[in-house]
Amino acid sequence: MVSDKIGPRQLLQGNEAIVEGALAAGCRFFAGYPITPASEIAELMSLRLPALNGTFIQMEDEIAGMGAIIGASLAGVKSLTATSGPGFSLLQENLGFACAAEVPCVVVNVMRAGPSTGLSTSPAQGDVMQARWGTHGDHPVIVLAVSTVNDCFTIIVQAFNLAEKYRVPVIVLSDEIVAHTRETVVLTDPAGITVIDRTRPAVPPEWYIPYEDNSRGVPAMAAMGSGYRHHVTGLIHDVRGFPTERPEEVDAFIRRLFRKITNGFAEIQMTNPVMLEDAEIAVIAYGAVSRSALRAVRLARSQGIRAGLLQLITLFPFPRKAVETVLRQCRRVLVPEMNMGQMIREVKRVNRDTEIVRHNRVDGQFITPDEIYDHLLAM
Amino acid sequence: MIEKMNSVRHDYLRHDKKFPHVWCPGCGNGIVLGSLIRAIAKLGLEKDELVLASGIGCSGRMPVYVDFNTLHTTHGRALTFATGIKLAKPALTVITVMGDGDATAIGGNHFIHAARRNIDLTAIIINNQIYGMTGGQYSPTTPYGSFASTAAWGNIEHAFPIAELAVTAGASFVARGTVYHAAMLDGLLARGIVKKGFSVIEVMSNCHTQYGRRNQMNDPVTMMRYFNENAVSVDRAAKMSEEEMGDRFTIGVLADVDKPNYLEEYQKIRERAQQE
Repeated sequence: MVSDKIGPRQLLQGNEAIVEGALAAGCRFFAGYPITPASEIAELMSLRLPALNGTFIQMEDEIAGMGAIIGASLAGVKSLTATSGPGFSLLQENLGFACAAEVPCVVVNVMRAGPSTGLSTSPAQGDVMQARWGTHGDHPVIVLAVSTVNDCFTIIVQAFNLAEKYRVPVIVLSDEIVAHTRETVVLTDPAGITVIDRTRPAVPPEWYIPYEDNSRGVPAMAAMGSGYRHHVTGLIHDVRGFPTERPEEVDAFIRRLFRKITNGFAEIQMTNPVMLEDAEIAVIAYGAVSRSALRAVRLARSQGIRAGLLQLITLFPFPRKAVETVLRQCRRVLVPEMNMGQMIREVKRVNRDTEIVRHNRVDGQFITPDEIYDHLLAM
Repeated sequence: MIEKMNSVRHDYLRHDKKFPHVWCPGCGNGIVLGSLIRAIAKLGLEKDELVLASGIGCSGRMPVYVDFNTLHTTHGRALTFATGIKLAKPALTVITVMGDGDATAIGGNHFIHAARRNIDLTAIIINNQIYGMTGGQYSPTTPYGSFASTAAWGNIEHAFPIAELAVTAGASFVARGTVYHAAMLDGLLARGIVKKGFSVIEVMSNCHTQYGRRNQMNDPVTMMRYFNENAVSVDRAAKMSEEEMGDRFTIGVLADVDKPNYLEEYQKIRERAQQE
């Protein structure tokens, strides 16, 4: 999806790389509300979008930010909002609307420590399950996690492409460390990036059935004002978009929402296996913690320990196959997280035979390579 | 004449698909819908250029009946979605329809900020002074002392005057009408739609089912009489004392001002940014 063409060397922080990636993916609308540690994304968007004929707007709260990006997407413009924990809680209501009405958009949550106002400038990974289940009702969702500044660029492009291809909101989980770490990066030249756009109707307006099923389970999407007048609602709707309570139509609707994601598992479930070929013990990690894990695994290798790393890029739908392979092969697996253990539950659900060990840090501090290395030695 | 009006109505309605509607017999929402499509017909707007967005409640069901680009959003949030649509595609005429609870309770924050921000949107607020769909609970516009399903002992809260709130919040065009004064409403809606900037049209409407029933106005006709007797034109009210006005309310245009609107201002920013 991302070519080998590269741009100039730049010193960027994660939040800035998210903006560059979003713009490269074709995002031309941003709406949001200031919040630490995500504000730089809004600030840079307000600077960059006007020159690209795009639109930035600062809304009155995150609920409004989410509503506005859905509106923009319905009008045919790729859109983004970015927030942190408290704002992520607020926007869940309209995030559900995007799930139900199948409106492509991307939500970045730069995680900080919670609950509530928590530690507003400290990193955490406490919002993993909220990303999966935060909005009410039965719904599939795509959640991706970034671990480096370069990731912020490439993964946000993937996020937009998946949102467009599957007509879903895609949540990108960053954290305070990734957001504010400045790294020298050589980003892919935007000209070399594959950008996917939603499928437009191939039929004339009078034949258009806005939520008609097809082999992919993803209906073609017409923009408002393009002549394909139709109804969009958060109520469960029939194939024409009108509210329905008929059990067979409700069932077909909910099952299609899940099926379209299941059909795409092979491309949606992204992981990064490192030194796993002959590994006896492994770390499964995501976000900034996977960087510490990588360092720890390398240290362990230098001491002759056959350790490996599975970095999860896609958290949901949970990349079960990749995790299963690791669990079959390794006798022990460590899951370090900056929470009390959220993804470890998903890992354990895959296989109960392998010993799966938790490593949790909830003091607002980063899990260091040494901590993980020491834990690996003890295993 | 009647034949002509019918043909206009049929062109704008999803006549074959969505009727009969969900509203109670005698509901004011139908009058507002009729007024809206007459106003749009008078302005000669194309169906493809129009967006009607709503929130949740009885008013929220209105978009499903019209053959425009229609959107039924979440409770109180219609203006936030409308903001995104208008900014992404300024050529569209974006109208929102909300209820009193929708616009001024759960959506109150969005409402005042939309007025302050002055984006070219039209907000129709059907004020029936009650939460109708959920069963007659008191809303921010239920009068002090009135009865509601959650004010069984009488309402001890004080009501928002929606139109006055919109004026204070900075809307470019603000008007109040009633479902009794339907011909006047046609004109107010048309003026609001063509106005550049944020327009608010509050429509006093009857929910005899949930509000009237608990407040000695059991049927639509009684409520219509109430609107007729208690609505005072803005001009006449200006000459009346506070005692003379009492609990009566003004109808007509409360504000019509020209000030820079968000889209025009943003376009200037785009041009500056593109020159650099």
